[in-house]
Amino acid sequence: MQIFEFSRPADAAAAVATAAKAKTAQQGADVRFVAGGTTLLDLMKLNVETPVRVLDINRLPLDKIEAAPDGGLKIGATVRNSDLAHHPTVQKDYAVLSQALLAGASAQLRNMATTAGNLLQRTRCVYFRDTAMACNKRKPGSGCPAITGSNRTLAVLGTSENCIATNPSDMCVAMAALEATIHVQGPAGSRAIPFADFHLLPGTTPERETVLEPGDLITHVTLPPPVEGSKQVYLKLRDRASYEFALASAAIVLTLDGGKVSRARIAMGGVGTKPWRSPAAETALEGQAANEANFRQAAEAAMRDAKPQSENGFKIELAKRCLTHALKTAANA
Amino acid sequence: MAATKEVSSTSPIGRETPRVDGPRKVSGKAQYSSDFHFPGMLYAVPVGATIANGRVEALDTAAAEKMPGVRAVFHRGNIGQMFRSTLGPAFDGICEERRPPFEDDVVRYYGQYVALAVADTIESAKAVADAVRVTYSKGKPNVETDLKADDEPDTVMTTFGERQRLDSHRGDVEKAFASAPVKLDQTYVTPAESHNPIELHATTAIWDGSKLTLYESSQGVVNLQGVLAQMFGLPKENVRVITKFVGSGFGGKLFPWTHCPLAAAAARKLGKPVKLVVSRKMMFETVGHRARTQQRVRLGGTPEGKLVSLEHDYVYHRSMLDGHHEDCGEATPFQYSVPNLRVTFGRAKRNVGAAADMRGPGAVPGMYATESAMNELADQLKIDPVELRILNEPKTDEGKDLPFSSRHLLECFQVGAEKFGWSKRTPEVGSMEKDGLTLGWGMASCAWVAARFAAEASVQLRNDGTARVACATQDIGTGTYTILAQLAAEKTGVPLEKIEVALGDTSLPAGPLSGGSMATGSVVPAVYAAADNAIASLLKIATTTAGSPFENRKPDELAFADGRVFIKTDGPAGAVPFADLLRRANLGVVTGNGKSEGTFGNPRAKYSTHSFGCHFVEVTWQPEIARLRVGRVVSVIDAGRIINPLAGRNQIQGAVVMGIGMALFEHTSYDRESGAPINSNLADYVMTVNADAPPIDVHFLDYPDKEINEVGARGIGEIGLAGIAAAITAAVHHATGVRVRELPVKIEDLLV
Repeated sequence: MQIFEFSRPADAAAAVATAAKAKTAQQGADVRFVAGGTTLLDLMKLNVETPVRVLDINRLPLDKIEAAPDGGLKIGATVRNSDLAHHPTVQKDYAVLSQALLAGASAQLRNMATTAGNLLQRTRCVYFRDTAMACNKRKPGSGCPAITGSNRTLAVLGTSENCIATNPSDMCVAMAALEATIHVQGPAGSRAIPFADFHLLPGTTPERETVLEPGDLITHVTLPPPVEGSKQVYLKLRDRASYEFALASAAIVLTLDGGKVSRARIAMGGVGTKPWRSPAAETALEGQAANEANFRQAAEAAMRDAKPQSENGFKIELAKRCLTHALKTAANA
Repeated sequence: MAATKEVSSTSPIGRETPRVDGPRKVSGKAQYSSDFHFPGMLYAVPVGATIANGRVEALDTAAAEKMPGVRAVFHRGNIGQMFRSTLGPAFDGICEERRPPFEDDVVRYYGQYVALAVADTIESAKAVADAVRVTYSKGKPNVETDLKADDEPDTVMTTFGERQRLDSHRGDVEKAFASAPVKLDQTYVTPAESHNPIELHATTAIWDGSKLTLYESSQGVVNLQGVLAQMFGLPKENVRVITKFVGSGFGGKLFPWTHCPLAAAAARKLGKPVKLVVSRKMMFETVGHRARTQQRVRLGGTPEGKLVSLEHDYVYHRSMLDGHHEDCGEATPFQYSVPNLRVTFGRAKRNVGAAADMRGPGAVPGMYATESAMNELADQLKIDPVELRILNEPKTDEGKDLPFSSRHLLECFQVGAEKFGWSKRTPEVGSMEKDGLTLGWGMASCAWVAARFAAEASVQLRNDGTARVACATQDIGTGTYTILAQLAAEKTGVPLEKIEVALGDTSLPAGPLSGGSMATGSVVPAVYAAADNAIASLLKIATTTAGSPFENRKPDELAFADGRVFIKTDGPAGAVPFADLLRRANLGVVTGNGKSEGTFGNPRAKYSTHSFGCHFVEVTWQPEIARLRVGRVVSVIDAGRIINPLAGRNQIQGAVVMGIGMALFEHTSYDRESGAPINSNLADYVMTVNADAPPIDVHFLDYPDKEINEVGARGIGEIGLAGIAAAITAAVHHATGVRVRELPVKIEDLLV
């Protein structure tokens, strides 16, 4: 870890003004916000993140879960994952989000980790986390040893020849399926970013993970009004029973009408370079009978463009089974 | 050999006894090695090589030496002299990595220490270490996973001395296999595994003139003292090693690693105490691992299931300089009756750190292979796997041609099968179900060597009615403090809570390694002899003290029981507490010393001494999501008399949990390009967590083995891990139809 300046901005405006001086809002930024610190501090200890200034936003009034005027839910940036998972409204109307949060990390980490921090959670690719290794995401242009190396846990969707790192978040998968909106306060004012537009594919710039610009502070996330009668499931598959990142996961928000799927929102985790909403699977399913054959069809559609690497080809079949089973579970719920 | 069970309601031996050190541990009063702080203490952080094969061409410390708080940056040019150590005449002077740190500029494995940063704080020391710039000339590392034996002579040098590569043989195995009506020929692979005790390796080194004190997380303080004395050219008595508590070691802390002399060398140069705590990443690089093995097993048998030949030919990887021997064939020659047998080994050099003992070294990977082969043969013959083992139960140790001191494996099978409900098993793949889950049932047997290391101990009776027992062995979390208290209580009649146990300090009477599951068995005769000697002295005092109720009696007219002395012919009615007798003599204490010889490796042994057991495992399988979990385990262990069944069950349960990890999760992967152990953290090195640990029913047969010691206690630290992986992979096959012969079983293996 290198020496850094630590301060607590008095309000969001001050936080934004200071952070706006950063050269970038992305990895390697010289100014970083810290909330729970469960990703940032780890990476600082590894010298992967080397900010010069760290702005503590824990005392800003961003820790509320409130009803939104449109009937949806407004979740503050610093709401802890554990508080969000156990919130009665989330458990009742957005069960997939509660399930996803509780499938992630450990109780101790969930007590610290925050909503905004989870949106910016960084990959667990071993090459990214070790400064002795090349990594296009950490050090653009240095190469990607994962493509020929250890890639069992890495992505099969949304990869490029520069980066195959998996987005490790569970929360984001549920939020993608719930069609959340991310609210940002920046130097030029506030704006709302649809969830699907927030994370970027690695392409030729794997160092850019989101659309955030210098000074942008995530203030809250909103969820749309609950979908009447929807059935929600988060299913996470991994080697061991707990405390491990997903090899494949699926978040399902499903509405049935007389044995047919009237509405489907489907996102996948553990397989994509970003939280992987699958319009292909949704389209394949909507208007179709809610049966196992159609669920498998949707899973095939979801993974159609998957590209296996040397060790992770199994994820394609695993993800299909994950999605099929999650849909079946939701339909039978 | 027939044996009877001994049950006593009053003896502390065999009683379920909570850890005597438990309150200290849960209240944070127990001091682990990195918990010791000293005035002026400095912090050291090693710089590890970022190549696995090559040479250090240049070391730029200029920036590092300007960092805040820096005290020194040490390297080959300025660390000072460190000597190599050699193996001692007894079981001492042991060290897996003989090359002292910085001895030359050659890098032979990833993470090898090339420099050492020392600073005022741990944070500064880390920053200084990060600022050291190293230039390497780099060669391609050899971390090839396919193991072919290097071309080596028939006799090779290992960490423990010379070994014949033809490890055991009898009959004509090739002819017998060629003509066997039933044959099995399979190769089994176990990966490199890394010890991951929660407590990291840690050293604090303090010099006082030419005397060196080391606070070290060690499973063998006496051996470490001997190695460090050699490395610094000191008389052994000038080195003191203190290990009060160990947050487990699993074999990784048996012998010293290079961080320990590095801390000592830095402390010598700087004239200050120096603390060095190894990082979790370094735990995968510089402090040993279980070697990768590739084992070919050939079985020949009759259609009825009688073995006619057994060949076990294995290869393991080793580091470029070191000779850790992974003794996979340890149990092969005696576990089953077979007239024709051969066990051989070969070694393959790789750019990896020195391998080391890891819980159940040798036999654990070895029995995964041989027990898996037995399970496959049973399936091939359509014979129940328990039945196949019963058919091949030996009457003697056919490898050594000796009787077993105590072997009740058939009773283990019987008890285990009954407790598990094995008779309900239907052998067809996928034929059993429960609650919508497919079940798989598998079993395997296990064995582990039983022997003693040399040990000394002292027992002190004190005039306040308390006692103290002391031995320079150490408690690595297994319950040794409690065992010594129980042994002393048994002999002296002093209640457990009034017994002080002193361990983990080379200033105490020399004690055994906490390894090979031998600490308990080794200390029994030494503690008993020490107690007997203390009591003999007490009786002499009782008969020679003026005014003593036993004045002018002869010591042999007196008896000692339950902490009291009485005249044999009068009986215990008028017994006098030993504290009264000491006070009357104006004595603070009476001390007895005890000593016992080792039996480990004794070439003139009259018996084959081993522990035995078996595991029955149920897995659940959900093919629709490729989810495999271990549902329940029954383990039956024949390990002699169990001194503390509470801690004993804990040992076996812990080993089974570790065995689930071995079967399903754990493996250290070396990056082909860099040679780095690439999953060197607790997220990517997947181990069993609580949610994976099923109900584990442990049953001890509890037959005392008096060949080992007067209590009849063998060891229980390792046997629980032997065989479990084979039982799990058999259950996996029974559930899924997939036969996995390379551990761990991964989801991708089952996605068929």
